Amino acid sequence: MLKLSSITNTDDWSWKSLQSIEASFEDLRRDFPILQRTVRKNKPLVYLDNASTTQKPNQVIDSIVDYYRNRNANIHRAVYALAEEATEAYESTRDKIAHFVNVQNRQEVIFVRGTTEAINLVAYAWGRSHVKEGDIVVTTEYEHHSNIVPWQLLAREKRAKIEYIRMDDNGELILDDLDRFLATGRVKLVTFSLMSNVMGTITDARTIVSKCKAADVPTMIDGAQAVPHMKVDLEKLECDFFAFSGHKMLGPTGIGALWVRKSILETMNPFHGGGDMIREVHKYEATWNDLPYKFEAGTPNIADVIGFGAAIDYLAKIGMDNVRKHEIELTRYAIEELSKVKGLCIYGTRDISKRGGVISFNFADVHPHDVAQIIDDEGIAVRSGHHCAQVLMERLDVAATSRVSFYIYNTKEDVDVLIDSLNKVARVFKL
Amino acid sequence: MSSNADIYHEMIVDYSRNPVNYGEIKDHDVTFHDANPLCGDSIDIDMKIDENRVSDIKFHGKGCAICMACSSILTEIAKGKSLDEVRNIGKNDVLSELGLEHLQAVRIKCALLSLKVLKSALYTYLGKHLKDAKDLDKLKDEAANLY
Repeated sequence: MLKLSSITNTDDWSWKSLQSIEASFEDLRRDFPILQRTVRKNKPLVYLDNASTTQKPNQVIDSIVDYYRNRNANIHRAVYALAEEATEAYESTRDKIAHFVNVQNRQEVIFVRGTTEAINLVAYAWGRSHVKEGDIVVTTEYEHHSNIVPWQLLAREKRAKIEYIRMDDNGELILDDLDRFLATGRVKLVTFSLMSNVMGTITDARTIVSKCKAADVPTMIDGAQAVPHMKVDLEKLECDFFAFSGHKMLGPTGIGALWVRKSILETMNPFHGGGDMIREVHKYEATWNDLPYKFEAGTPNIADVIGFGAAIDYLAKIGMDNVRKHEIELTRYAIEELSKVKGLCIYGTRDISKRGGVISFNFADVHPHDVAQIIDDEGIAVRSGHHCAQVLMERLDVAATSRVSFYIYNTKEDVDVLIDSLNKVARVFKL
Repeated sequence: MSSNADIYHEMIVDYSRNPVNYGEIKDHDVTFHDANPLCGDSIDIDMKIDENRVSDIKFHGKGCAICMACSSILTEIAKGKSLDEVRNIGKNDVLSELGLEHLQAVRIKCALLSLKVLKSALYTYLGKHLKDAKDLDKLKDEAANLY
C-alpha cells in the first residue's frame, strides 16, 4: 500500500506498478489538506474550478514553509551558505521545468509571474522591435483575454492589425483562415492556446506550427491549460515562445515560466530594468546580464519558484500520461452524465481525444451565476461567467457559461454530486 | 444560516422569466448602458421624461435572475416618479422589495447594476438640461459618490 503523505519522497514507488491507477488517484486526495474541509452547511468541498486555479498538496505547501523557516536568503549575490542553498533551490526549479517540458537549454527558461506576464513580456520585449505598421499578429477566437489584450496594446502602438482564426460549431479552429492570413506576407507572429480554457479544445498545434514554419513566421503557445493536464514536449512542438503558470498545476500563485528559443531570445530587449538583469551599470549606460537573468529583474519570487519545483516533482511522480488518462476517464463520465440532464447544452467537441477536462455548459435559460450559486449550497465550486474569453462568448452568442474543470484529485463521485445539484437547480427554476 | 437557494424565491424566478418593463423606447429622452465586467451582465435603460417625471421606462439586456428581477422591480419603482424622487432611490429600496438585503458581496453587483444604469441615465439627462451651471459640480459629486 502506498504512503501518500510522502509521494515525492518515495523513490521506490511507481504509479505504473499499481493495479488500479484510479484507486491511487483516490488516495492522493489525502495530500491536499483543503479537500478535507467542509463548506456552507457542512458539505464536503467539491472543487471543480481547476482551470482557474488548482489546490496545493502538502508537499508544495511544506516546501514554501521550509524555505522561509530554514533557507530564506536572497539569491545570486551573497557568498554565505544560506544564500548558496537558496540559489540552488531556486535554480533547481529551472532544471525541473526544462526537463518537464523537454527543453535542452535551461537558459531559455525565464521565471515570470504567470502566463499573463509571459505574454506581455513577449509583446513588449519582442513585439515592439519586430512588429511594424501594417503587420499582422494572428490569434484565435478561443483565446483568454491574456492572449488578446497584450497584442491589442502592441497593435495600437504600432498601427498593426490583429486577425482571428475562427472557430467552427464544434469548437475547433478553422485552419484555412491561417493560410489566408499567411498568404498576405504581413504576419509577424501566430499566437494560440494549446487548450481552450472554456471548452477544453486541444489545439492542433503541430499543423499550425508547421504552416507557420513553412511561411517563416514565429509561433507563440499559451500552455496555461495544457501543461498541467497532459505531456507537453517543446522539442516536438517546435514553437518559438511557450508560456505556462504554476498555480494551475498544484504550484503557488504568482509564478510561471516563459520559454523562448535562444536564437530569438538573443534578439530581444530587456523587459524590466533593475538588479540582477545587468552586467555593468554606469551613470548613462548599462550592459545586460546573460540569459535568462537579463529577463529576471529584481529579487524574484524565490519561495514560490521553490514551491513550483515541488509541484513539478509531484506531477512527474504521477506521470503526465496517467494524469491525462484519469482526466479522460472523468471527462467522458461527466459528459455522459451531463448529457442526460434535460435542457443542458455542452459547448465544444464530444471527441474526448480532442479535449481536456474542461466542460462549459448552459442549463436551459438559467443564467450561469444562478446555477453556480444554487449548487454552491452543496459545496460545489464551479466557475460561471465569461472566463476571460469574451471574444469566444460573442462567437457562441452567450453572455456566460457554467464551467467545470477537473484535476487529479477529482472523482466520479464529484460528478455525481454535481448532477444531483443540477437537479436542484431544475426544481428551483421549475424546469 | 440561510441557504443560497433561498434567494431564488417565487418572485425572483417569476420576474426573471417574465421581466416587467422589458424592451426599448424608440423615442426616449435619455438612454444609458452599462455592464458588469466581472460576469458580463449588460443592461440598457431608456426613459421618457415629461414635466420632470419618468413617464415611461424600459430596460433590456442580458443578466442572471437576480439582475433581471432587480431591473424589473427598479423600473416599476421609478415609473411615474419625479426626477427628484428617482434621485433618492437607494439600494435598499430595490433589495428590500425582493428580500435580498443579505445578498453576498459578489452578487450585490448583479442586483444593483440596473440602479447604477438608472442613476447614470438620470444624471445624463439632468446634465443636459441644467439651468444653472453651478449645479453641475454638485451633480458630478453626487454621481461620483453613488458607489
